[in-house]
Amino acid sequence: MNVTLAHYLTLGSMLFALSIVGIFLNRKNLIVILMAIELELLSVNMNFVAFSHYLGDMQGQLFVFFILTVAAAESAIGLAILVLLFRNRSNISIDSLDSLKG
Amino acid sequence: MDIRSALFYIFSSILLFSAFRVITVRNTVHASLFLVLAFFQASGLWMLLEAEFLSITLVLVYVGAVMVLFLFVVMMLDVSVDAIRVGFWKHFPLAASLGAVVSLELAGVLMGGFRVSVVRPMMLPEGLPAPQGIEGLSNTKALGILLYSNYLFPVEIAAVILLVAIVAAIALTLRKRKDSKYQNPGEQIKVKSTDRLQIVKMAAVIDAPSLPKESHGAEGGLAAEGPKS
Repeated sequence: MNVTLAHYLTLGSMLFALSIVGIFLNRKNLIVILMAIELELLSVNMNFVAFSHYLGDMQGQLFVFFILTVAAAESAIGLAILVLLFRNRSNISIDSLDSLKG
Repeated sequence: MDIRSALFYIFSSILLFSAFRVITVRNTVHASLFLVLAFFQASGLWMLLEAEFLSITLVLVYVGAVMVLFLFVVMMLDVSVDAIRVGFWKHFPLAASLGAVVSLELAGVLMGGFRVSVVRPMMLPEGLPAPQGIEGLSNTKALGILLYSNYLFPVEIAAVILLVAIVAAIALTLRKRKDSKYQNPGEQIKVKSTDRLQIVKMAAVIDAPSLPKESHGAEGGLAAEGPKS
């Protein structure tokens, strides 16, 4: 049995579900939440590449290129914010981020 | 089962396992290392999908840059593991059921509609003005031609986004340490003797300090009578 497009899409959906579960499980840990976001972007990119291969369209791979760019920028700024947060609060628990609450 | 299917199953099983370990492992350093493993497996899968340039880019950009950044931050921050694992098992049933629902829904839709196993040749849709002869080229060359002809402005925008990210990350984490004392060697070298020693011109003989003439109060009287006794 050959590997069809649906196999890759199922893999992408399982990866997406795993990363959502990771966000729910590690509610207190900001670093693991950032990693789970990276996994989500990876699963989306997997779908793009699979569609691009099976439907014969080059633009899917181009879009993955731009998603990689934005994801790299996002993780850099996110980690900078994380460092800033740790410097001010000396922990990275999400529960301590309530200074905007009235 | 041919070799491509076997490779697909190997890569995807290791990918799912390492993604599972990323979200469940206690140590955050181990989590980021498992994420590196997941990116390597995804790169192998993309290689199977004949997206060679993107698979190499994934390894270079993600494993080489982003994950090293993650490891730096994880090791720089002294995070206690037990404080951030509070409520892990309390959220587990909700999270597991939600993940199962998402996965089943997506897989149901996708397995129903996309059983495509025929690979079409790589080409562009009709609407875009395609560059000449993109079909027979290698993946990297086709991607480059397309990137610098039809998608030139998005490439520029991506470059600007990266620049903004650099400036933002530096500006967020830059701070001036106030508690450190340091020497400036340039100013030390440029110093002249007049900066250190100030010569004040004054007369060689000075007048004797005028004694208090009249003793008005008690202290003045004591001070005036002091030398006499």
